[in-house]
Amino acid sequence: MKKPSRLDVSHAKSKAYYVFSFAVVVIFAILFAFPLYWIITGAFKTKSDILSTTPVWWPSEWVGDNFAKLMNSRSVPLFELTIGRFKIAGPTIPAAIRWLLNTVVMAVASMLLTCLTAAMAGYVLAKKRFWGRGILFSLVVCAMALPKQVILIPLLREMSALKLYNTIWAVIIPIVGWPFGVFLLKQFSESIPTEMVEACRIDGAGEWRTFTDVMLPMIKPGVGACAIFTFINSWNDYFMQLIMLTSNKNLTISLGIATMQAENSTDFGLLMAGSALASVPIIIVFLIFQKYFTKGITMGAVKG
Amino acid sequence: MANKNITISKKTRRLMIHETVSSYLFMLPFLLFFVGFVLYPMFMCVFTSFFDATMGRDDIFVGFGNYKALFQDKVFWRALWNTLIIVIVSVPVTCVFSLWVASAISKMPVAATSAFRCIFYLPVVTGSVAVTMVWKWMFNNYYGIFNYIGTATGLIENNINWLGDERYALGCIILILLTTSVGQPIVLYVSALDNVDKSLVEAAEVDGATQLQAFWKIKWPQMMPTTLYILVITTINSFQCFALIQLLTSGGPNNSTMTIMYYIYYNAFKLYKYGYGNAMGVILAVIIAILSAIQFKAGQEK
Amino acid sequence: MKKFFAIALALVMVLGLCACTVTETPKSTDAPKATNAPDANVTQAPETPAAQDVDISLWTYPIGEWGKQETVDALIASFNEVYPNIHVTVEYLTYQDGDDKVNTAIEGNAAPDLIMEGPERLVANWGAKGKMVDLSDLWTADSKADMYASVEAACKAASGAYYEYPLCMTAHCMAINKDVFVETGAWQYVDEATHTWTTENFFKAVQCLYDAGYKNVGAVFCGGQGGDQGTRALINNLYGGTYTNAEHTAYTANSPENIKALEALVAQDGINFDASIVGSDEINLFVQGQLQMAFCWNIAQETNNADALTFDVFPMAFPSPNATDVQLCGGIWGFGVFDNGDAAKIEAAKTFIKWACDEEPEQCAKASTYWSTRQSLANMYEGDEMKTEYGMFMQYLGDYYQVVAGWANARTEWWNMLQRIGSGGDVTAEVETFVTNANAAAAG
Repeated sequence: MKKPSRLDVSHAKSKAYYVFSFAVVVIFAILFAFPLYWIITGAFKTKSDILSTTPVWWPSEWVGDNFAKLMNSRSVPLFELTIGRFKIAGPTIPAAIRWLLNTVVMAVASMLLTCLTAAMAGYVLAKKRFWGRGILFSLVVCAMALPKQVILIPLLREMSALKLYNTIWAVIIPIVGWPFGVFLLKQFSESIPTEMVEACRIDGAGEWRTFTDVMLPMIKPGVGACAIFTFINSWNDYFMQLIMLTSNKNLTISLGIATMQAENSTDFGLLMAGSALASVPIIIVFLIFQKYFTKGITMGAVKG
Repeated sequence: MANKNITISKKTRRLMIHETVSSYLFMLPFLLFFVGFVLYPMFMCVFTSFFDATMGRDDIFVGFGNYKALFQDKVFWRALWNTLIIVIVSVPVTCVFSLWVASAISKMPVAATSAFRCIFYLPVVTGSVAVTMVWKWMFNNYYGIFNYIGTATGLIENNINWLGDERYALGCIILILLTTSVGQPIVLYVSALDNVDKSLVEAAEVDGATQLQAFWKIKWPQMMPTTLYILVITTINSFQCFALIQLLTSGGPNNSTMTIMYYIYYNAFKLYKYGYGNAMGVILAVIIAILSAIQFKAGQEK
Repeated sequence: MKKFFAIALALVMVLGLCACTVTETPKSTDAPKATNAPDANVTQAPETPAAQDVDISLWTYPIGEWGKQETVDALIASFNEVYPNIHVTVEYLTYQDGDDKVNTAIEGNAAPDLIMEGPERLVANWGAKGKMVDLSDLWTADSKADMYASVEAACKAASGAYYEYPLCMTAHCMAINKDVFVETGAWQYVDEATHTWTTENFFKAVQCLYDAGYKNVGAVFCGGQGGDQGTRALINNLYGGTYTNAEHTAYTANSPENIKALEALVAQDGINFDASIVGSDEINLFVQGQLQMAFCWNIAQETNNADALTFDVFPMAFPSPNATDVQLCGGIWGFGVFDNGDAAKIEAAKTFIKWACDEEPEQCAKASTYWSTRQSLANMYEGDEMKTEYGMFMQYLGDYYQVVAGWANARTEWWNMLQRIGSGGDVTAEVETFVTNANAAAAG
């Protein structure tokens, strides 16, 4: 899709500028990557390396103490189930592992639910003409501009009334309700020629068949973008988690690390180990699906 | 003739009803979540903002009492001021910086472009909590890397208590915010630069236009929608900055980093003033709506 | 690839199931009605009043080892030996985010059944807001006779209701890095035998350390959250000021003694007002050797940090004009019960409190590393060197004033005042602001 831009080397001046800008970009890139480097090396540093007033740029010795402390600090059961009169508790595992699992479950569930609901809603918003469509779409756009933290107090009351407070659903549901996915997939669906949808309808296919057999395959890249976008955002959605989750066993990894910070406020080795545990998986996911991700971001913008 | 007309309109009406019903069925799953957990709480937010709601008793209707109290609340004005400073500084800097980086890296080979794009996006993916932790360490008064570099290079004489000093704390917050907010604009600008009509640029260069002229006259207007979008999302993101404040400064020292977002949280969960917090939420939403509208209008006129 | 994932997933699930613990719990509806079947009653253990299974949740602040999972698990196990029908799940709070968590949980209708903290939260905050259960029935004549009178007073709300049943207490003190003090010669200013010092000697010692190159001797931490007792005790004691009036109805931080103390601290080299750190940061920095004295200290800090400490910690009373007229802030910790509207849970929570504070007070108080609130257990640490050392501070325990109404707001105002003073605010004006705001909070 992308062609390398032709580098204009006809003027010596622009060549010099090119070199200069390259150098500056490299410097900034190093600065931007530095915090991540500092997290990962910090996680393996010894206590004295961490506390040294002269920064230790490269760990003098790679140790796993910080991770050991992270794993030993609290433990929770892997899962708990109550079936009738039987209570099943899973094996006891370090809380950090449970937090990581919670986060994965939470992010995957929000991703799947968001993609499904958003694809269906985006399809009809783009391809159907029906009563209330205009109002609905403007509501979607307006809601997107609103900071979601504004609704935290009513949302908290609502979740507790629904007995969802302090469950992972209290975090998932607001993410699914957030209209960015709909917006994205509506924009994407609009780029699909209406004739194809209509041709299918003339062939006698029902609404649902039209959607699953014609629309879905064509908006697949859009759904992929929506999926990865939701996944990363829900992984890092600290605010909702902070309000909605309290039990140690229900925490997500970011919230868990934040809690740990409250307890071991300046034990930066431990905090870096936690931060590494929270960020490295999501960074790997990002790097693998990077292409979809960039596409998703640009799609939302260019057509919006 | 007339007869035919009637049958058509009947037919279209039937079709219209059918379309509407089936469309709403398709929308149903999303609407359930959207209405139930976005619109309804929004409505409740406005509704409760007219009540004196606190822990341990029923809400009392106070009309515009919360709003009146807000206008007399010095901390609220401080928070509003700080929030505006964050927005006013971070939005233009983000836009200019990301545009410059994007134009620099879009000229590079594809692999390099995509590598740089990734690197600038890393702080976003890393997540606010992990980012906050590492910056907290780097800003540390006693063994942080900033104080080391500052004193070693002679830029500062003594260790500076970055997050504990009224003069620097907000600046530090803005700096961290900047690193986490340029990722997306860079991605957007790179692709916008890619989509610029190349033939126009080449024609202009043949006509003897300099690169700078070509940029302003041809590329910039074509990228206007992207810029507009970036302005809006950056504004919203800057308003929402919360984790940084909560984990680094709790609004201190001396309210110098108190933002509206954090003040809402603070009122709701430390002082139990739910109605008051909601009133603030409403005001914040109104401000953001107005700003977004202005940006859109300005963008459309151009 | 898909197959591989499927197999891996299945494997994980099987392994998980293997390690499961399945417990069969007789559900309340299945159990025969005890009143109709007297025979069934006979087989019951006499000491289990609650025959039905009850799940209760206990949230603890880090009160000594009550914040450590191993210790608490062991305590609960021994509780369950006596009361097998009450299942206690524990959550561990911190002083930094604990209040927010409890407050959100209350708003989310998910407050814990049992909570372990002190009167400033249980009585003056949640109790005053009507969220707690009155525990008067636990305060029997026997227990009233055994508890220290000041403790009983602190656990009692103005309305006469008791929102806390106490377990343990301590005197908050400060600590110095003995190695550094000896090295710099500041050791001469310390009264080693009584662990006290005069205000004059305190400032001399700080200056001595500062002159020896220790630029950060102590930090008046004011980033907010917990640990405020340290800064309060330091400022109040320096020149004999008080924090509230004797009736606990108004704040007195604007007294000349307190102003003088704040001005002296601002002027002193080596003492920084640091708004970037909170109490727990200060402890950490002291343990790491960055600070040479800690104002947020007590015995639990020394036991909790035993592994990390690389120098000799010497606990000290706060400096006061005559050294021995010091008034230390106390901590009184115990249990409170949130009113969640479930009589069975409230009853079970009370059973737990009775077990911890009446039946096993020694074991449970020792877990906190603090002292028991019962006079009959005054000597439970006999022969323990460190406990004896820290026990010396108990005689200096001052008035427990942290039960003024609006305590949570006043504490925030206190931090803000210190932050303003630290960034160059005029002391006299700032203490006035604090007193005005805090008294307003106390009044309504």
